[in-house]
Amino acid sequence: MFYRENGQFKTSYRADQQIFPIVQDRIAMALLLAVALVVVPLTAPEYLLRAILIPFLILSLAALGLNILVGYCGQISLGTGAFMAVGAYAAYNFQARIDGLPLIVSLLLGGLCATVIGVLFGIPSLRIKGLYLAVATLAAQFFVDWACLRLPWVTNGSTSGSVGVAGLNVMGWPIQSPVSKYLFCLAFVLVFALLAKNLVRGHIGREWMAMRDMDVAAAVIGIRPVYAKLTAFAVSSFIVGVAGALWGFVHLSTWEPAAFGVNRSFELLFMVIIGGLGSIMGSFFGAAFIVVLPIVLDNLPYWFGIPVDTALAAHLASMIFGALIVFFLIVEPHGLARLWSMAKEKLRLWPFPH
Amino acid sequence: MKLASIVLAGAALLSAASAFAQAKEQFFPLLVYRTGPYAPNGTPWANGKQDYLKMINARDGGVNGVKLTWEECETGYATDKGVECYERLKSKGASMIDPQSTGITFALTDKAPIDKIPLLTLGYGLAASQDGGVFKWNFELMGSYWTAADVLVQAIGKREGGLDKLKGKKIALVYHDSPFGKEPIPLLEERSKMHGFELVKIPVTAPGVEQKSAWLQVRQQRPDYVLLWGWGVMNSSALKEAQATGYPRDRMYGVWWSGAEPDVKDVGEGAKGYNALNLNSSGTQPKVIQDILKYVHAKGQGTGPKDEVGSVLYTRGVIIQMLGIEAVRRAQERFGKGKVMTGEQVRWGLENLALDQKKLDALGLAGVMRPLSTSCIDHMGSSWVRVHTWDGSKWNFSSDWMQADEQILKPMVRAAADKYAAEKKITRRTPADCQS
Repeated sequence: MFYRENGQFKTSYRADQQIFPIVQDRIAMALLLAVALVVVPLTAPEYLLRAILIPFLILSLAALGLNILVGYCGQISLGTGAFMAVGAYAAYNFQARIDGLPLIVSLLLGGLCATVIGVLFGIPSLRIKGLYLAVATLAAQFFVDWACLRLPWVTNGSTSGSVGVAGLNVMGWPIQSPVSKYLFCLAFVLVFALLAKNLVRGHIGREWMAMRDMDVAAAVIGIRPVYAKLTAFAVSSFIVGVAGALWGFVHLSTWEPAAFGVNRSFELLFMVIIGGLGSIMGSFFGAAFIVVLPIVLDNLPYWFGIPVDTALAAHLASMIFGALIVFFLIVEPHGLARLWSMAKEKLRLWPFPH
Repeated sequence: MKLASIVLAGAALLSAASAFAQAKEQFFPLLVYRTGPYAPNGTPWANGKQDYLKMINARDGGVNGVKLTWEECETGYATDKGVECYERLKSKGASMIDPQSTGITFALTDKAPIDKIPLLTLGYGLAASQDGGVFKWNFELMGSYWTAADVLVQAIGKREGGLDKLKGKKIALVYHDSPFGKEPIPLLEERSKMHGFELVKIPVTAPGVEQKSAWLQVRQQRPDYVLLWGWGVMNSSALKEAQATGYPRDRMYGVWWSGAEPDVKDVGEGAKGYNALNLNSSGTQPKVIQDILKYVHAKGQGTGPKDEVGSVLYTRGVIIQMLGIEAVRRAQERFGKGKVMTGEQVRWGLENLALDQKKLDALGLAGVMRPLSTSCIDHMGSSWVRVHTWDGSKWNFSSDWMQADEQILKPMVRAAADKYAAEKKITRRTPADCQS
């Protein structure tokens, strides 16, 4: 009844090709942005910002990056944690070694370093496919873990192997309060989400998808596999690298290599699979599922004032979380994004389905 | 939209939760881990903390009439989960926190000065944080990884008949490959330069269940002594591997985090002769433990199993909680008896702790630990520690109280603290700041 595009006529190609061609979608998006940009900073308590929204935003960004590689280009990667680590440690080194380098520049330089490493470890993808590639990218994970733990240069000679940053600011505006940190991350997420959305709608995105669907056929119609696969690795690891730098700088502010271990890689892959492969929206759903749900499950007994043993609560939360993953994958193997679009389809017919 | 509804639901639930907070209650956040590979050691520690709080409430009715409340949050020893727990419990009015993990301590060290919540890291955390001039909010009471490493070298030196006899010897450090395990390395390197022993560093990937390659290295290198720097399942695995490799256990020396019952119990006879540092004695004889049994466990309100009461890590948990509560008591003496103390006030209390033998006796801790007194500059208070040895069924003391060598430690701590201050762009506290 409310969600129907009847009467919305497109009179130009531009109108037809915009990201949200339906008016209602645009309104919903504008509302969401208003909530994210105005309502949340004004009203959200510190806990919500620091413990839930900031990690959610940063991991959504990382999932978005990974989704480009896995969801759009079909190259399975288990090295996401490593690319995040490269972004974080490179940005840290730029910040620590070059005095007065602006924060945003060091974050982007961190992303660029991740791009270089990502492309380097993407080269095997030209020869090996599927699960074999996953194993090859796992090598990136182990190599970077080793480098962060063993090369003193990477951690700027820190004896404990843990590094940290302080006094973050953007042109004199300190990034210290939870609200400023949140807005800083949100700005990155918005810019990169828009960028990614437009990339995957453009010719590069189409090349990636052709590569994903059938690489031989794609090559036959004139898509260069080298170019398509390596650009996917480059764009993906750039975004993942920036997310890693944000995770270190903004969320943790002091971190050790364990923050970007192989578990992080798996976690991000799960986000992408559960959220929906090949969907920008899905990356956000996946991140919300993996980041927010465990915290909610963990908190439930306290909210309802049920005295539960801490260990039992932790075990229950893991069990329920695992069961929910299985449940969602059975109900909709294409991820939460697919559920979302099905809901939208249904909404168009509501309340008079066929 | 979905995100918006999550945000709103979260906000509503949070405000509902904070409505429960009442006046006249001192809230203690308890970051614990009762699950995962570190649970065997984390659980008795957590039980000790909670039982002591329960005992003080039951025996004394709180601190000068202020009831003690607490809430646990499971971190699983993971840093990001620990940060989430910290944020969650902070919003309920925390005035002091014991993160129970070096990794979490590192992450919280940046947040503590902003949130004005002191960190009590007894025997763990950043080694340089004993310098109160730079680390205003960190309290590394009773010892750091550097004092531990220093005392271990001294103990080995004593056994060899003098530190000069260490020349040409080979000492291997088998360590948990994390900030926790790496922290003692600078001090051991300094000592190895001084005495001319060779230091072999053998990392064990966390959590340390798989140590075959590390012990293969031990077999190849044939060190005269092995220093064990592990936590959780890593300790018992290391002792089992040492047994399998045939490395003499009596030549192994553990840090105080590698010398409790969960580390050796599974190995039993196989760990006979293994030495480890001991920050606090164990057993059920001390009056404080008797009180916990009487006021808490006898009423069936014990947090953990009764036979675990008085174990090494349990008693350490009791001591940590005792120090936190004594800091509150000390702060009340200055800021008003019977009032709820804020983080800043508790920080003052921690900085002005003066627990002499008489006070320790009154607290029921006679013989458990040495007297301790802190100051603006000294956030450690005491570095006395003993060595105890496992005889196959229980721990026995095998040395007298020992103390780290200030001559070596002082310049190193100063240099490391200054480096940290430069990195984080903080200035040393002025004498005027010490009065506050």
